[in-house]
Amino acid sequence: MSKVQYKQIQFILNGHEVSASIDMRESLADMLRNEFGMTSVKKGCEVGECGACTVLIDGRPYDSCIFLAIWIDGRKVTTLEGLMDEDGSISDIQQAFIDEAAVQCGFCTPGFILSAEHLLQTGKRYSRDEIRRELSGNMCRCTGYQNIINAVEKTMDKRLEEKSESR
Amino acid sequence: MEVGRSTTRVDAYDKATGRAKYTDDLCPRNAYVSRILHSTIAHGRVLKIDTSEAEKIEGVIKVLTCFDVPDIQFATAGHPWATDPAKQDIADRKLLNEHVRYYGDDVAVVIAKDYVAADRAIRALKVDYEEYPFVLDPLEAMKEGAPVIHEEMPDNILGHGQIRKGDYQEAIKEPGLIKVEGWYFTPTVQHVHLENHVAYAYEEQGGRITVVSSTQIPHIVRRIVSQALGVPWGHIRLIKPYIGGGFGNKQDALYEPLVAWMTTQVGGHPVKFDTTREETFVSNRVRHAIHSHIISWLRPDGTLVARKAELFSDNGAYASHGHGVVLKAMGSFPQLYPVANFESDAWTMYTNKPSAGAMRAYGIPQAMFALESHTEDIVTRLQLDPYEFRHKNCMPVGYYDDFSKNELYDDSLRQTMDKAKALMDYDRKRELYKNQTGPVRKGIGISLFWYNTAVWPISIETSSCRMMMNPDGSVQVMTGETEIGQGFDTVFAQMAADSIGISADKVHVFTNQDTDVTPYGSGAYGSRQTYVSSFAIAQTGRLLREKILKHAHSLTRMPLEILDLVDGNIVRKGDKRVLMPLSELVTEILYDFKLSDAIAAESTYSVQSNAYSFGVSIAEVEVDIPLCKVKLLDIVNVHDCGTLINPQLAEAQVHGGMSMGIGYGLFETLLNDEKTGRVLNDNLLDYKLPTTMDHPDLKAGFVENPEPTSPFGNKALGEPPACSPAPAIRNAVLQATGVGINTIPLSPHQLFKDFSQAGLLGTEEERLLRRKAYEELKDTVIHVTDQAEEKAAVDTKSPQMQPGGKE
Amino acid sequence: MYDINHLYEATSVEHAVELRVEQPQALIISGGSDVLISIRAGGLAGCDLISLYGLDQLRGVSLDPDGSIRIGTLTSFTDLSEDPIIRERIPVLGEAAATVGGPQIRNIGTIGGNTCNGVTSADTATTLLAHDAFMELTGREGVRLVPMTEFYLGVKKVDIRPDEIATALLIRPQDYQDFHGSYFKYAMRDAMDIATSSCSVNVRLSPDKKTIEKARIGFGVAGPVPMRTPTAEEAVRGKPVSIDTIEAFAAGALEDVNPRTSWRASKEFRLHIQGELARRCLYESIRRAGGKV
Repeated sequence: MSKVQYKQIQFILNGHEVSASIDMRESLADMLRNEFGMTSVKKGCEVGECGACTVLIDGRPYDSCIFLAIWIDGRKVTTLEGLMDEDGSISDIQQAFIDEAAVQCGFCTPGFILSAEHLLQTGKRYSRDEIRRELSGNMCRCTGYQNIINAVEKTMDKRLEEKSESR
Repeated sequence: MEVGRSTTRVDAYDKATGRAKYTDDLCPRNAYVSRILHSTIAHGRVLKIDTSEAEKIEGVIKVLTCFDVPDIQFATAGHPWATDPAKQDIADRKLLNEHVRYYGDDVAVVIAKDYVAADRAIRALKVDYEEYPFVLDPLEAMKEGAPVIHEEMPDNILGHGQIRKGDYQEAIKEPGLIKVEGWYFTPTVQHVHLENHVAYAYEEQGGRITVVSSTQIPHIVRRIVSQALGVPWGHIRLIKPYIGGGFGNKQDALYEPLVAWMTTQVGGHPVKFDTTREETFVSNRVRHAIHSHIISWLRPDGTLVARKAELFSDNGAYASHGHGVVLKAMGSFPQLYPVANFESDAWTMYTNKPSAGAMRAYGIPQAMFALESHTEDIVTRLQLDPYEFRHKNCMPVGYYDDFSKNELYDDSLRQTMDKAKALMDYDRKRELYKNQTGPVRKGIGISLFWYNTAVWPISIETSSCRMMMNPDGSVQVMTGETEIGQGFDTVFAQMAADSIGISADKVHVFTNQDTDVTPYGSGAYGSRQTYVSSFAIAQTGRLLREKILKHAHSLTRMPLEILDLVDGNIVRKGDKRVLMPLSELVTEILYDFKLSDAIAAESTYSVQSNAYSFGVSIAEVEVDIPLCKVKLLDIVNVHDCGTLINPQLAEAQVHGGMSMGIGYGLFETLLNDEKTGRVLNDNLLDYKLPTTMDHPDLKAGFVENPEPTSPFGNKALGEPPACSPAPAIRNAVLQATGVGINTIPLSPHQLFKDFSQAGLLGTEEERLLRRKAYEELKDTVIHVTDQAEEKAAVDTKSPQMQPGGKE
Repeated sequence: MYDINHLYEATSVEHAVELRVEQPQALIISGGSDVLISIRAGGLAGCDLISLYGLDQLRGVSLDPDGSIRIGTLTSFTDLSEDPIIRERIPVLGEAAATVGGPQIRNIGTIGGNTCNGVTSADTATTLLAHDAFMELTGREGVRLVPMTEFYLGVKKVDIRPDEIATALLIRPQDYQDFHGSYFKYAMRDAMDIATSSCSVNVRLSPDKKTIEKARIGFGVAGPVPMRTPTAEEAVRGKPVSIDTIEAFAAGALEDVNPRTSWRASKEFRLHIQGELARRCLYESIRRAGGKV
C-alpha cells in the first residue's frame, strides 16, 4: 500500500490567489467542489463528454473532470461564481441567460455560460453556426439549445455594439 | 393578471449564478460513498459472493450483498398508491437481487470512505453465478419455451390489452378495399438528463431516516422507501432539492430505498449513492421499444373503413411502469383517426434487458411514429395528398371519448396544422421537392400527434396546496408538485398570485419538496402538474381570500359582499377605494390580542377531468443519399395546449421536447450485445445525444384555445412536444428519396440498409452486391464478431466498463 | 479521484527520459483525455504515470531551417488549428485537428497523444500519414526519426522504445509544398464524435492543373491502424483530372482498405462510405489545387 501523494499548489481562483495541499489523484472538478466550495462545477459524465464541468483556465474552456488538479498550479481558473462581482451584480451573459429563458433545469447552465464567456471575450463576431460550434462541447437535454444560442448571440451583439460605440 | 405573462423564472437567477444547490451539492462532506456491483450475466442466480478480499481494502466500511437485504419485494413505479390490491403496481424486485435478470442488475454494494476504495472493493468481489438462458427480443420472449424471467409470469407477458370497436372482421370483406400494411419499429432510448440520479440518506432522532434525492416524485418515493424497508411511512422523510432534469427516469424509485437501507447498516452515518453516467444508461430506466403492426383498409377515395393494430412493448427486466405505457399508445390509435371498425391488441413483455419505465410522453412517441408513418404509407400508396388526407380524417371537433370523458372542444388538429403549414411554407416546398434527381435531395413531411393531460380516470389525480401569509403581504406557497426544470415553480407562482389577488413577486415558492413540510402532490409526470395543481391552487387561493376578507370585514366594518383583494390591497368593490394594504391587515390580525390568526389556507383537490392536447410537427430535410446522411434543415411544432400560463417558458419547453424528438428520429438508440446481453453504448460518446451542431434552430407556435375544464385554461405541455418530430422527419425523408423507412433512428446505418434495398446506392452491379449484403444483414442488431475483431475496430475511447473495471 | 498509484512530473525532456528509464512500468500522460478515462473505467486503475503536461518546450509549431514544419507533441488541437504556419502551409492538418471532439477536448488533447495512442480513428494521424510526416523520438541515445508510415505497429501499438518520449512531428517541405488536401471525418454526430470512417487526401497538380502529378490518401478506421492506400495512389499518378480518374481512385482505395464489422458499423457500410469519401476528398483536393473536374 503506497502513501498518498500531496502537492502544494498555488493558483488564482476567480481573481483571488489561493493555495492548497492537494491529493495528486484529484480531478480539478472535485478539488473545486470539495476544497473550495465551488458547487457550480457540475459532474454529468466524468469523461469529458457533456461539458457540465466546464471551467475557464487562462480564459479557455476545459472539462475539469478530466483535468488533474495539480496541473492548475500557477494558472488562472474561473468558475461561474467568478462572474459575479463583489457587490453581487452579475455579468451580461448571465443576465441574458435569465432574460432569454435559456435556463431550465440549470444543470448544464454553468458550463454553457463559461463556454459562452470565452467566445465573447475573443471580441470576434460569430455567426449562429459558429456559435453552435463554439458551444458544441456542452450538452443540454432541456432547451434544445435554442434560447441558449439566442442569449449568447444577443450578448455578443451588445458587446460588439458597445465596443464600436466607444471608439 | 400574472397568468399569461412571460415573467422571469423564479429560479433562473440562482441557476445562472451557481447558487442553486442540487443533491450532491448538499451532501455532507463526511458522507460515505457507495458503489454497486452489477451483474455480468443477463439472466441467472447468484450462488455465492466472496467478500473477504473486498472487506480488507483500506477505506472500505461495509460490504452488503443480495443475501443481506430485507426479504421484501417492492414496486418501483412512480404511481400514486392504490388501495385496491388489483390496481397496485407489480412488486417484483428487492433492494439487491439474487435472481438477476439483466446484465447490469444490482447484486451487491460497497460502502466506503472514497471512490478509489469503493471501486477497488467492487473489483475484488468474487461472484459465483448460475447462468440461465436469456432472451432479448420481446417477440421471442412471448413464445413457447422462452426463458422465464419472473416466476409469477411464466409466459413473460406482463399484460395484454385490447380494443374492439365495430366489427373489423366483417368490415374488411367489403369489395374493392385497398389494404395497406406495415411494421414499424422504435428503439430503446434513454432520458439522458444532465444530472445523474443521486441520493444520500442519514438517520435522525428516533430512527427516522431522511433521504435527499434527485427525484421527480418525493411523496411517492417516500412511500416506496418505507415499503421497501418494511417501516411505517412516517419513518421516512424525503427531500427533493433542485434537480437536473428527469424526463420520467426519476419518476421511479431508483436508489432511494437502497441508500435508506444502507444508512441503517452503518449506524445512521450519511451514505451517498451517485449514479455514474454509464449506470444511468443501463441500471436506471429506458423508454419502451414498441413494435407496431398496422393494417388499414381503405376505399380508393381514401375513406378509412377498418383498421387493425398489434403492439409489442419491450419492458426489460423489471416491471416499473409496465403495461400502462403500451396501453396509452394503443388508446391513441382509434382516437387520432377515428374509424368505425377497429381491432387492436397490445402486449408487454419482460426481456433480459434494462428496465423500461416512464419516459416523456409515455408510449405516444412510439405510437405516433407508427401511426403517422403508416398514414404516409397510405397516402403514398393511394396517391393522395398527405396534408389533405390528415385534414379530412383526423379527430373532428366535438369528438367525445366515454372512458376519459375527454371532448375535443376546439378544432385543435386542423388549426395547428394550418398554422404550421404557413410557418414552414409547406405547399410551395412540397411542390418544389417533387421529382428530384441527383444524389442530394430535399423533402418536407408532416406528423400530427395525440396527447392528453394527467392520468385521470386511470389513476387518482390529487394535489394539495398550502398558503401562508407573511406580515409584509407576501405569501409562502407550498405544494407537493415539483420543479424539475420545466418551470413549474414559476407558473405555480403566477397562478397562486392570480388566485389570491397579489402580484407574482409577492409569492415565495417553497421549491424543495420535503415530505415533512410540503403537502401531498404526486409529482412531475403525465404533463399533469400545471393542470392538476391549478385546481388545488385556485381552491386554496379562494379559501385564503375568504379568510383574508373575513378579517377585512372585522377591521374595516364593511360587509363581505363589497370587499375585494386586488393587487395586494383590500378594496371596496363599488368605488374601488383602497381600504388598507394586505400587509397591514396581516400584521394587525397576527398581533391582535383577540383576533390573532396566522393567516393560512390549505386544501386538497382531486381532479375528475382530463383534456386533449394536440399538435403537429413539420420537418424539412436534406438527404445525401450516397453518404447515407439526413440533415434536418428546418422544423416547427405547433401546439394547442390551451392558455399559455407563461408564453416564454412554454416555448422553451417545446424546444426541449423537439430536441428530444429529433434525437429519437435521427440519432438515439441503446444497443445490446446479442451474445451477452450487455449494453454496448452506455456512454455519451457512443450514445448519440444531439449536440448544438446536430439540429437547426427550432420553431415553436401555439394556437390558444382555452381549456374549459381548467381554472386557468391550460392543459398538457410538458410531454407533447416530443411526440411528433420523429415521424415528421421520416415522412420528409420519404418525400426526398421515395423510401419509407420504418425503423428509427434514421441513422446512417439504417439509411444504408434501406437505401441499399431500394437500389439507391451505386452502379447496377454495386446495387446487386448491396442487395446481397443487405439480405445477409437482415437483423436490426449488428452482430458482434469475436473479441479480436472488436478490438481491432475500436476507437480512441473504448466502451466504458462499469465501475470496478468488470468487462 | 483517479486511482493513480504514483505520479511523476517531468520537468524537462531529459528528465522525462530519465523517468522513463527509472519507471519502466509507468504510462505517459500528456493531456489526459485518453489515459484518465481508462483509469476511471478500471483498466488502468492503480497505474503509475509520468506527466509531460508541464513541458511547455514541447508546445508550439515552428519552421526548421530546411523548411520542415516542426510540431511539438504537446501542441493542443486548438493551437494546431489556429496556428498561422499550419494555416498557411498545410491547412488540411489544422482542419483535421478542428474536427476533434469539441472546444474543451481540443484545448486539452494533444497531437502527441492523438498519434502515440495508436488508434486507427485518430483525426490527425491520417493527414500526417498522407504527408509522409516523421515522428521525432527522444531517448537515452538521442533523437530518432520514424516515418509515420512505419510508426504504427499494430492495434494501439506504436514504435516508441521504453526509454523514449515523442517530442515532435515533422513534415518536410517536399511533402507539403504545392500540395492541397482535404480531410473528411465521417461520424454519426457533427461534434463530440469519433470517426466511423475518415479520409485525408492531398494532391499536387501539374502547372496547367490538368494532370495529377501525385496524390496521397490516408484512411482511418479502414483497418487496424491508420493506413495509406498505394493502389489508389498509383491509379491516379500522372492521370488527367477527370471523373474517370476519381472513380479509379475510389476503386483503388477499396482494394486496399480492410474495415471490420463491429457493433458500431458493418464492414459493408464502411466500405461503401470509404469509397464515397475517397471520391469526395480527391474532388475537393483538386478543387483547392485550382483544378477543374
